[in-house]
Amino acid sequence: MAKITLVEAINLALAHELAHDPAVVLLGEDIGPNGGVFRATVGLQERFGEGRVLDTPLAESMIAGLAIGMAAMGLKPVAEIQFSGFIYPTVDQMINHAGRLRTRTRGRLSVPMVLRTPSGAGIHAPEHHSESNEALFAHMPGVRVVTPSSPRRAYGLLLAAIRDPDPVVFFEPTRLYRLHKQEVEDDGEALPLDTCFVLREGRDITLVSWGAMIHETLEAAHVLAETGVEAEVIDLATLSPIDYETILESVARTGRLVVVHEAPRTAGLGGEILAEVAERAGYDLAAPPVRVTGYDVVTPLFKLEHEFMPSVNRIVAAARRVLEG
Amino acid sequence: MPSIVAHFDVPLVRCLDAEGRVVGDLPPLASDTETLRAIFRAMLRVRLFDTKAVALQRTGQLGTYASCLGHEALHVGIGSALRPEDAFFPTYREYGTQLWRGVKMSEILLFWGGDERGSAFAEQPHDFPWAVPIGTQMLHASGAALAFRLRHEARVALAIIGDGGTSQGDFYEALNAAGVWSLPAVFVVANNRWAISVPLAKQTAAQTLAQKAIAAGLPGVQVDGNDLLAVRSVLDDAIERARRGHGPTLVEALTYRLSDHTTADDARRYRGKEEVDRAWAEEPLVRLRRFLAERGLWTEAEEKRWTERCQEDIEEAVRAYLATGKPSPADMFDYTFATLPAGLAAQRAEALAAVEASPHG
Repeated sequence: MAKITLVEAINLALAHELAHDPAVVLLGEDIGPNGGVFRATVGLQERFGEGRVLDTPLAESMIAGLAIGMAAMGLKPVAEIQFSGFIYPTVDQMINHAGRLRTRTRGRLSVPMVLRTPSGAGIHAPEHHSESNEALFAHMPGVRVVTPSSPRRAYGLLLAAIRDPDPVVFFEPTRLYRLHKQEVEDDGEALPLDTCFVLREGRDITLVSWGAMIHETLEAAHVLAETGVEAEVIDLATLSPIDYETILESVARTGRLVVVHEAPRTAGLGGEILAEVAERAGYDLAAPPVRVTGYDVVTPLFKLEHEFMPSVNRIVAAARRVLEG
Repeated sequence: MPSIVAHFDVPLVRCLDAEGRVVGDLPPLASDTETLRAIFRAMLRVRLFDTKAVALQRTGQLGTYASCLGHEALHVGIGSALRPEDAFFPTYREYGTQLWRGVKMSEILLFWGGDERGSAFAEQPHDFPWAVPIGTQMLHASGAALAFRLRHEARVALAIIGDGGTSQGDFYEALNAAGVWSLPAVFVVANNRWAISVPLAKQTAAQTLAQKAIAAGLPGVQVDGNDLLAVRSVLDDAIERARRGHGPTLVEALTYRLSDHTTADDARRYRGKEEVDRAWAEEPLVRLRRFLAERGLWTEAEEKRWTERCQEDIEEAVRAYLATGKPSPADMFDYTFATLPAGLAAQRAEALAAVEASPHG
């Protein structure tokens, strides 16, 4: 089995669904002959035709609105937003229609669409290309938010997102697109949504993260292990709705919690996870839980992007604080 | 001298004047007397329904309601021009279209009565529900038309929008996409001159709204939206064109919002009585009634009988609406996703327990 990158795994999942479900249609800017600016859709128009892989005019609200109309009429559109900083015009369509149509019509109409977008900093990209804005979408009722952290999970979670009968915003960490390779079998097996993945078991502290930050978090766990601290690392994967059972079960054993995310702290998902854990398992905690996040600032241009993003050192330091507390 | 590289015209189509006199070429529909009578009956019915709905709101039996007064020819014209398999994307006052397409009066009342079941449309499977955010529905129509095109279905998507909505980006984006792919879509602008309190002159410097099609590469046609025959003439052409794969059309229908924007609005704050009186002289029912009556196709006795019949239907719909109890609080949760996620299931239980503990709040 060949080892492939995360972006190749995305391509593999898209190709699999295009081949197996005639209702699946891809649309977005530059996804046709160009194969997408990150090459996630490379070769797909050539293979499946212009009726399945559509280059759209350059308008993000349009892409989301078209996908809603297509989905309500029985297609399964998978729309690409070129960069996460360009996703904001879709917010109106996603919150007012994509997430609402099933409820508004009491199930008469539904929106089985996926809105894929690259996400996050760390690749020296120009302005508006490095944002982490998953919390905006996690606040939308009726919308799932999913992000993978490895090629295998990218394949399995994207299959699940496309097959899900409700709208899914799928954030693809650009930093991981080509960071490393993994063996991925093109077996059409989806991974479950609404479920965390425990990537590393440990008894001393629970580290929760997602997307690209999983890698700093895993590295922090290795550093901690050198001093005898066994950290459990949980990949949230589905950011909304959150699988709290896995987190609570872990915290019940470790009594200590750190949440790591690249997005700004205030009103971020870290606060939400800490609040839920405090409400439901506050007495399981041996020390106050801590967030390690991006700061509440404008995502900086790339000279400072590594100072903005949580580092391994910051995660290790936060974990030690919680362990000592 | 620069050379002229492109040249455009915006036609205006009229068939009947305000008195019902023929002033333009009549469409084939003009000699289809049974359909024409059915259309007039539907226009009268929705006028009576609308009057009742406003009265229900005024007496505290309905929430805020958006009246369709003055739009009857346009709305019923759209309804009667579409086929059942086509898809309609409304704003929030196109009851004349919706009733023709199987939406029930009781459902319209349920929606404005604060109940999502009003958009469940028991007998209309695929039309979109009311779109209150201005302009967003245009893109859904283009998306639906794209689905029809990709599946090679001979179906048409028709969206309607107000004059104010043409200032939205989604309006142009929808036209542009439909133009690029030559989609089977028809876009109708109900230019009723007022976007709540903002008159058309403050909405755009464009001479017509139909010409907004030109930038997207679509034909734009202006029509007297109070003239049923003109509306059908233009729509029949546009829908046929779309169905045959020849692309989308933008239709600007000139009409007038004779009512307040909604029952929460008081139009006397921003427009004069004289203007409204002048608009009443142009309203759509009078001219079609005269056109039919002068040809022996409609009588006062018939109108009386039909009015009584409609009043009975409306009263029955009101009874059905008023007899519909509150939805279960569980319904807030049960349609959020196809299957209830665990966290939402917990909130659902929390909501039901809260109601149980304190049933009257």
